[in-house]
Amino acid sequence: MAEKGPKARCLAGGTDILVQLRGGRFQIDRLLDVKNVAELNELSYSPKDGLTLGAAVPCYRIYEDKTVQKMYPGLADSASLIGGTQIQGRASVGGNLCNSSPSGDAIPTLIAHGVTCVIAGPKGQRTVPVEEFCTGPGRNVLQPGELLVSMKFPSPARNSGANYLRFIPRNEMDIAVAGVGAWVQLDASKRKVASARIGLAAVGPTPIFAREAGKFLEGKEASQSNVEEVAEMAKKAAKPIDDMRGTTKQRVHLVGVLTKRALTKAIERAKEG
Amino acid sequence: MPGKIHVQTTINGASTEFLCEARQSLLEVLRDVLEMTGTKEGCNDGNCGACSVIVDGRVVDSCLVLGVEAQGKKITTIEGVASPDKLHPVQQAFLENAALQCGICTPGFIVASKALLEKEPNADEGRIRHWLAGNLCRCTGYDKIVRAVMDAGQRMKAKR
Repeated sequence: MAEKGPKARCLAGGTDILVQLRGGRFQIDRLLDVKNVAELNELSYSPKDGLTLGAAVPCYRIYEDKTVQKMYPGLADSASLIGGTQIQGRASVGGNLCNSSPSGDAIPTLIAHGVTCVIAGPKGQRTVPVEEFCTGPGRNVLQPGELLVSMKFPSPARNSGANYLRFIPRNEMDIAVAGVGAWVQLDASKRKVASARIGLAAVGPTPIFAREAGKFLEGKEASQSNVEEVAEMAKKAAKPIDDMRGTTKQRVHLVGVLTKRALTKAIERAKEG
Repeated sequence: MPGKIHVQTTINGASTEFLCEARQSLLEVLRDVLEMTGTKEGCNDGNCGACSVIVDGRVVDSCLVLGVEAQGKKITTIEGVASPDKLHPVQQAFLENAALQCGICTPGFIVASKALLEKEPNADEGRIRHWLAGNLCRCTGYDKIVRAVMDAGQRMKAKR
């Protein structure tokens, strides 16, 4: 990677990069298969350190993992709706992040969970909060010679829950018109919100961290009216464009609907937890 | 152009070696190098599932796997689904339920269905439709395909 710089790229599941290379989107000299690197294949959990998700772990391993299903259901939501069965057999959440599409279905979930990205390069390791990872459509903070090693999910707080929802015109196998990931932590009474985070997909040049919308809920009742208020704030954070998949107006509306539903589901899961 | 790469793999139970270019997909290797043309090319970008094969127990699109990635893997293609004297229950059910029209998507559907039913012979209609979302039939004969897969599941269960 260091030797070839921008002319080298990583191969994990290959479901984006092989299509892009074939389509001539960029020219490279070297494609490095990183699937046999132990750190990139790690999927482990400890109560102290939370979940470590290696960048090359394919979707099926994520959503079939009992710990993920139980403790990070939002991540299972995202991993189980990226592509169809064949894609999920190869594609990784790390690849979804590094592809840095504004519509990447895993990214709002990573944002909602407050994930930290571990990046390795010629100068050593560094970490980046996931909401700062993507810098534009298909662009991110990775410098030539660097690669994403893993994503660190904090250990689930008590009474917390998450959910990811997207809108697509088909039942499966489509790119989000809009997507919303929500994470919420309730206080000991399970009536008030201690902390909340909302991530948005496909409504801006990058996935968006709707920081203010989540912050608004802190210390407030987990009520229907407050959830609706958050949905309005999330709509303000969305900066979509008109394109073949949807209009600006439709996308802003969808952000409101999806935020309400995802947040309600996250609260429900937090109450069960 | 760098030299070809030597790859050792197992295809349909047989130890297999081939030479391929780094850029060649597993689909191209199967069809053009090994002359196993049962696996079909549809979209060549991971949307249609016509090129489905099973690699180490997971169904994948062979157009999105590089030939060199086959090194050390166990691969099942449509050619390895039937036994020498008899069709696989999924194939028999496709025939009897008339679950094909032009037939281009059929090898992919059969490989993907087999992978599901071996784990979940009782998969219901919803589960089957969800599992097969990555297999497209442009003749749009989905209902008969889904019925055939449900039928095949019952046949496989009876044989257990």
